[in-house]
Amino acid sequence: MIARFIRETELDTRLLGMLGALAIIWIGFHLYGQIVNGFGAFLTPRNLWNLSVQTASIGIMATGMVLVIITRHIDLSVGSMLGFCAIIMGVVQVNILPQFLGLGHPMIWVIAVIVGILCGSFIGAFHGALIAYGKIPAFIVTLGGLLVWRGAAFLVARGETISPVDPTFALMGGGPYGAIGATGSWIVGLLGCAAVLGLIVMGRRKRKIFHIAQRPIWAESFLALVGCGAVIGAVLLVNAYPWPRGIVRRYAEAEGITVPEGGLFISHGFAIPVLILVGVAIFMTILMSRTRFGRYVYAIGGNPEAAELAGINTRWMTVKIFALMGALTGLSAVVASARLGSATNALGTLDELYVIAAAVIGGTSLAGGVGTIYGAILGALVMQSLQTGMVLIGFDAAIQQVVVGSVLVLAVYLDILYRRKSK
Amino acid sequence: MTDTSQTPLVQLKDISISFGGIRAVDHVSLDLYPGEVVGLLGHNGAGKSTLIKILSGAYQKDGGEIWIEGKKVDITSPRDARDYNIETIYQTLALADNLDAASNLFLGRELVTATGFVDDAKMESETAKIMARLNPNFRKLKEPVSALSGGQRQSVAIARAVYFNAKILIMDEPTAALGVHETQMVADLIQELKKQGLGIFLISHDTREMLELCDRVSVMKNGKLVGTERVEDVTEDDILSMIIMGKKPDKAA
Repeated sequence: MIARFIRETELDTRLLGMLGALAIIWIGFHLYGQIVNGFGAFLTPRNLWNLSVQTASIGIMATGMVLVIITRHIDLSVGSMLGFCAIIMGVVQVNILPQFLGLGHPMIWVIAVIVGILCGSFIGAFHGALIAYGKIPAFIVTLGGLLVWRGAAFLVARGETISPVDPTFALMGGGPYGAIGATGSWIVGLLGCAAVLGLIVMGRRKRKIFHIAQRPIWAESFLALVGCGAVIGAVLLVNAYPWPRGIVRRYAEAEGITVPEGGLFISHGFAIPVLILVGVAIFMTILMSRTRFGRYVYAIGGNPEAAELAGINTRWMTVKIFALMGALTGLSAVVASARLGSATNALGTLDELYVIAAAVIGGTSLAGGVGTIYGAILGALVMQSLQTGMVLIGFDAAIQQVVVGSVLVLAVYLDILYRRKSK
Repeated sequence: MTDTSQTPLVQLKDISISFGGIRAVDHVSLDLYPGEVVGLLGHNGAGKSTLIKILSGAYQKDGGEIWIEGKKVDITSPRDARDYNIETIYQTLALADNLDAASNLFLGRELVTATGFVDDAKMESETAKIMARLNPNFRKLKEPVSALSGGQRQSVAIARAVYFNAKILIMDEPTAALGVHETQMVADLIQELKKQGLGIFLISHDTREMLELCDRVSVMKNGKLVGTERVEDVTEDDILSMIIMGKKPDKAA
C-alpha cells in the first residue's frame, strides 16, 4: 500500500525520510517542553518564524557547499570568511561611505552588499586557484583560510564591534520591519502555489513528449494539494506571528494611528532573509539542473578524469565553484550581520561545521558526484531545529554540542545504510 | 587497399615523451590514411596508450610534430583534439558514472536551448536515435551509466565518437570488457566507419583480432616503434616475434 503510494507519486524516499525526521524533532521538542517545563514552545508561530530566520544564513551557504562537496572538495573556511566579509561590509557602511555619501544615503546598503559578495567571491576564487592550479588539497587551503580570515577580520577592525549597521541593510536580517507583512506574504504564497501547479503541468507535458508513463491523476492531485497546502500553511503560520506590543506602539505613534483597546495585530509575514534563501535555492537549483555548469559539477564529481577528457576545464571549474561558495558566504554575511545589527570579528564562528553538516545530512555524498540543493536546505533546517529546540527546553551548550555531533554521525550512517539498500 | 597517394589524415612525426626520466615514447612516427585501420600492438607499458593520448590531447608531447590532413597542428588539450574531429574511446571508458547516457554522450558539448539552458529533451531523443542504430537493445536511457553492463557502457562511449562525426577515431582496447556478441558488434561498426572514410587507430592485445580488423599494424616495444607492416605481408607469428623480440620479420627469408 505505502510502497505503491510512493511508487505512483514518485516521491523521493530520502526526502520523505528527512521530512519524517524533521517532524519527529519538532513534535519531540514540543512535547518535551510541554511535559517537563509545562509549556510546549516549539510548535508556536513565534518559534517557527525565528527558526526560519536562523536557518537562512546556514542554508544559503549549504547550497554552495553542495557543489564543493560534489566535486570532492571541502571548504572549512566559510565561517571565517563570513566574519571577514561582515567586518569589511561594516567598515564600508559605517566608517567609509557615510563620509562621502552622508549618513543614511539610500545607496549605502546596496554598495555594502555588493562589496560583501565581491569580497567573498574573491576570497573563494583565490582558494579555488590555490586548489586547482597550486594542487594544494582543499582541506589544507581552507583550513589555512579558517585561521587567516578570522585573524584578518580581527586586524581590520582591531577587534572592535562595528555598529550600528545601515537601517535599510538591517532589514535583510529579519525582525518586525525586516518582514514583508500579511499582504506581501499572501502574494508570495499565491505565486508559490502557481509555481507548484505550473511545475506539475509542465512535468506532464514533458513526459508526453518523452513518451514516459504519466503519474496517475490522483497522484498528481495529491502532490499539488500537498505542495500548495505547505505553501499556504507557511503563509498562515508567518501571518499568525504578530509584532511585539512595544514595536506596535512605536509604529502607531510614528504613523499617527491610535491603538485600539485590545491592541493592534500586525503580522510579521515572511522574513526577508527567508525570501533571500528561497531565491538562492531557486537560482541554485536551476543552475545545477538546467545549465552546463551544473552538469559539469556532477560530471567532475562522478569521474574527474572523464570530465577532463571530455574537454571540461576542470581547474577553471574548481575556481568558479569556490568563487560561488565565496559569493554565497558573502550573502550569508549580509544576513548574519544584518540580523545582529552589527559586525563583529567572531561572527560565523563554527558555521563551517554546521554548513558541512547540513549538506551531508541533506544527502550530499563526501565520495563526490551526489547531492541536491533542496536536501542541503532541509539539512540546514534539521540542524537549526535541533539547536533551537535544545535552547528552548533549556539544555546547556555542552549537551547541545554532544547531541549535534552525534546526530551528524548517525545521519550519515543512516544515509550509508539507505544507499547500500537502494543499490 | 590503402591509397597512399592521398594526404594522410594523421602524421605523427618523431614523437617523444618522458615521465620522470623514463622515455615512454621514443621518437615514434606513424601515419593514418582515410578509410584505414592501423593497429597498435605491444606489451603493457610499450607506450601504445601514451602515444595515443598525445594525439587525443590528454598528454603533452616533449618532442616531435603532429600533422592533420597535411597541416601541422598544436594539440594541447582534449578540446583541441575534438576541434580536429579526433574522438577517443578510452580503455577506462571515461564515463561519469553518476550521469545518464545522454549526459555522458553530450558531456562537454551539451545541446542548449535558445535561452542557454541544457536541452535535455533534445539530447535524450538524439541519444535514443543513435543508440537505436548502434545497440538496439539499449533501453536504460534515464539511468546513471553505473547501472549499465560493460557492453552498454561501451556503446555509450562509441556513440559519443560516432555522433560527433569523428574523422579520426582512436579506440583503446574497445573490446577488452565485452562478451562475444558485443565484440562482434564493435567489429561490424569498425567496418562500417571505415567505409565512411574514417581513419581509425586501434589498440588491442588480441593479435588475431587485429589481423582481421586492421589494414596495417605497428608494433611498439619499450617506447620505440619496432615496425609497421601491412597485414597481408605478415603472419601472426611474425607479429608475435615483433612484440616479444622487438625484431622485424626477416623479409629475405
